[in-house]
Amino acid sequence: MSLFLVVALPFLGALLPGILNRAGRTVCAGTTFAVSLTALVGLLSNLPALLRGEVIEARVDWLPALGMNMNLMMDGLGAFFACLILGIGLLIIAYARSYLSRDDNMGEFFTYLLLFQGAMVGIVLSDNILVLLVFWELTSLSSFLLIGYWKHLPEGRQGARMALTVTGMGGLAMIGGMLILGQIAGSYDLSVILQNRDLIQADPLYVPALILILLGCFTKSAQFPFHFWLPHAMAAPTPVSAYLHSATMVKAGIFLMARMWPVLSGTPEWFYIVTCAGLITMVLGAVIGLFKHDLKALLAFSTVSHLGLITMLLGTGTAFGAMAAVFHILNHATFKCALFMSAGIIDHEAHTRDIRRLGGLRHLMPVTFVIATIAALSMAGIPFFNGFLSKEMWLEEVSHTTLFGPDWLVPALATFGALFSAAYSFRYIGHVFLGKERHDYPAHPHDPPAGMWLPPAILTVLVVVIGVMPFLAEPAVRFVTSAVLGGTAELPHEHIALWHGVTPALIMSGIAVTGGLIALTLFTPLLKLWDATPRPEAKVVFDAVIAVFVGLARIVTQRLHNGAFTQYAGILTLAIIAAGGHAWLTGESTASTREAMPINMIAAAGWLMLIVATAFLVIQHRNRLLALILMAIIGLIVSVGFAYFSAPDLAMTQISVEVVTIVLLLLALNFLPDITPSESNMGKKVRDGIVALAGGAAAMGFTYHLLMRDFVAPSISEYHLANSYKGGGGTNVVNVILVDFRGFDTFGEIIVLGIAALVIFALTEALLGGKVRARLLNRVPDKPLSGDRHPLMMVILTRVMMPLVLMVGIYIFLRGHNLPGGGFIAGLIVAIALVMQYMASGFNWANERQRYPYHGIIGTGVLVAGLTGIGSWLTGNEFLTSAYGYFRIPPMEEFELATAALFDLGVFLAVLGAVMLSLESYSRLARRAHTPDSEFPMDIDPSRDDPKTVGKGA
Amino acid sequence: MIAPDRLYDLALVFAFAALSLAQILAMIRLVIGPDVADRILALDTMVVDAIGLIVLLGIAQGTEIYFEAALIFAMLGFVSTVAYARFILRGDIIE
Repeated sequence: MSLFLVVALPFLGALLPGILNRAGRTVCAGTTFAVSLTALVGLLSNLPALLRGEVIEARVDWLPALGMNMNLMMDGLGAFFACLILGIGLLIIAYARSYLSRDDNMGEFFTYLLLFQGAMVGIVLSDNILVLLVFWELTSLSSFLLIGYWKHLPEGRQGARMALTVTGMGGLAMIGGMLILGQIAGSYDLSVILQNRDLIQADPLYVPALILILLGCFTKSAQFPFHFWLPHAMAAPTPVSAYLHSATMVKAGIFLMARMWPVLSGTPEWFYIVTCAGLITMVLGAVIGLFKHDLKALLAFSTVSHLGLITMLLGTGTAFGAMAAVFHILNHATFKCALFMSAGIIDHEAHTRDIRRLGGLRHLMPVTFVIATIAALSMAGIPFFNGFLSKEMWLEEVSHTTLFGPDWLVPALATFGALFSAAYSFRYIGHVFLGKERHDYPAHPHDPPAGMWLPPAILTVLVVVIGVMPFLAEPAVRFVTSAVLGGTAELPHEHIALWHGVTPALIMSGIAVTGGLIALTLFTPLLKLWDATPRPEAKVVFDAVIAVFVGLARIVTQRLHNGAFTQYAGILTLAIIAAGGHAWLTGESTASTREAMPINMIAAAGWLMLIVATAFLVIQHRNRLLALILMAIIGLIVSVGFAYFSAPDLAMTQISVEVVTIVLLLLALNFLPDITPSESNMGKKVRDGIVALAGGAAAMGFTYHLLMRDFVAPSISEYHLANSYKGGGGTNVVNVILVDFRGFDTFGEIIVLGIAALVIFALTEALLGGKVRARLLNRVPDKPLSGDRHPLMMVILTRVMMPLVLMVGIYIFLRGHNLPGGGFIAGLIVAIALVMQYMASGFNWANERQRYPYHGIIGTGVLVAGLTGIGSWLTGNEFLTSAYGYFRIPPMEEFELATAALFDLGVFLAVLGAVMLSLESYSRLARRAHTPDSEFPMDIDPSRDDPKTVGKGA
Repeated sequence: MIAPDRLYDLALVFAFAALSLAQILAMIRLVIGPDVADRILALDTMVVDAIGLIVLLGIAQGTEIYFEAALIFAMLGFVSTVAYARFILRGDIIE
């Protein structure tokens, strides 16, 4: 199966669980399982070719100009991780089916899980680092959803936020690092980058790139000092913890370090940063882990500790270290996943994860006891379990590693860490399963159904098989290691075996295990000591840091974005004047080439009226209704001006928009005071006046300057005029520009318009669903109202007008391609025809006669326009290429049919729907409790009083 | 006796002058008020005059292209007047 399909399957499959939610929990989980299984089988189908030594690839250009291509590649390392992700994913899905309760939305859970799985598979199979970064961010986002899955728990939400913040910041750093790396290597393809070790390590930007990439890896893999998010992510449901923290999310950072190992490792910088971070994380995690009372917190810190161990192995930069790291990744995934699952079982059955409340469970939960014990012994590093083998290799590597001088430092620290590691593993067994049976469990613990214990049991079988017969796993480990090394170092000769003789590693291991047992017997005094030691609480520090940034952001935004539109307008005006002034002073300008036209009487009268109306508006703007009337007058003069300057299209649009705007503003004005209070002092008024005058003068100067000259560069209008009929088949250039030349813009605009209308609808809906509703319903009008709500004259008149206006609307629409008109104007005209009915006959009456919801009309419009655009694909053209032809159906004259008209129909519908939906939404706010909706269109209807026609309806 | 096309020109100028004057008078009414109703009526008058001006413009330039614009002004211009009137009478224009 193509790698594309392997990566795409989880994403496509993510649609299914949500849909199948109603079909039942088993169907939902089964489908998810099937999706993962298909992806795994698809992956394995590539395995034979991989083992023959081929590198499996799937490439397709995405954005070649940016070097961002959808290139996938599978080598040993990618295949190993993808198998872990998909294989353990299957077990997790099976486990989650039994784990989640009836109250949990299973479809949602599995959707998130599949999204996460797809993103992880994407990371490990990417060959392009930019694509890898996209998947990397997707894992951050989808893990956020998974960790915060129990939205009702504040810890869940906070933990998810912390994880997203930390890994998101790391991801940001990594983007920088990857871009530098790509710049150095001259390609964003991993396969190229991996070949350029010497070039990259010699570059002066190597260290910044290394640090940035490691920041990404360390945050993701919870390395010190970014380890703190992982324990807080434990608020997630246990299947999520088991998946994210054993095999996937936290291993992504490890994966990337392994992937980049051939180019980045081997330098002192790499060695010191990675080895130190790993060692500190390993020891710190192990020590804290021992003293955690929450089972999952203990496992969380043990995960942190083991991730540190793997990181350190990769940091040493030796081939043996890389092999040990690969082996431990496998072993850790198996035993840690099983441990998380058994912790989940205990939580599920005993209703607590607090170790202090547990103990003696071995008789009550024998199956779980066996599973957990095997896994924990493996974690402790006891022979015959797989954890022992890789830990021996680690200690072997440690015994050859020197940091900062003294030979004994690293081995001593490592043994110390291993001692605590053994101690918390023993505590997991001893304090939970051994000891006396208690009588005060919150619930009656017993073994869970097979669905829950079988997945961890399968993993423990692996733990034992690998532990006893390591030679079975060795070829795979060697194969993966050779992919990690990427030819930069020779594969180590050492074999994975139980017995290497009495080596320093074995001695250290012996000390650690013995010490671990002793530490557990001394647990009570040690705990007292631990509790007495002061230490920083990560969450408090994190919250404080976030609070500081939130405060800073608030200062900036509230200063700049304080809700006063006058301030925005002032800033905008000043910025434009400054930019324009700069251009004026620095640019070159030609002498004026045109004569000023003489001023005629009509133009002067129009100009004078515009000035008077505007000046009067400035004086009277506090009286809101008057201001609105004046605005209508200004709009009217502007519309006439458009007509006067030979732009009938614009005149028609302007006047329709004016009408709709006034209706909209009057609807809003109903809820606003009549008078705007004066809030500015004299100084502010003078300042604002100066800004306004400067803006006006600048606009005038600019216009005058442009009108007196020919354009410096040939204007695009020439092209439009020349090609409108030839290319677009229409003689109305304005319309051809809208639906053809710039059809894509128009398409975007109608979508925006539709979204705006839907937002207005949603806002009013939310307002009417909230506390405001009661206040709105009981609002008493502040003015005396006339009695007749729906005067007869108006009802009759608007009904007579309706068909006329609709006909004009259709006419304007049809002729739009060749003469002034088009879908936009027609949409407004028809909307006004409908608004007239609402105004005259009442909301209720008009709404009853409106069969199609406006949302649907908007959607249809966008869909029609979009499908018209897609239609041109069928003929092999670009999106929205228009076609037209001339037809003749006798007895009619020849006429033109253009796909642009279909597109224009979409515009028409979207405009109509958007205008009506916003007006309807606003007007819904004005319903009042004491004025019931009338069932008649007219309040006073003489025919209702006439005994002959009573009962025949109005 | 005045030549027909001269008469035609004179008539046009007269019509333009009359409508412009009407606009200016309406404008004065708008400014002096005193009532909101007066001002709404002034607006309505101005819309009617504007229709006339656009039609005259078409006649003067000998083109039909402005006809639809005038038609739409005539058809829709009154809607805003009605909306203002309803606002004064009832506060809520769609109820």
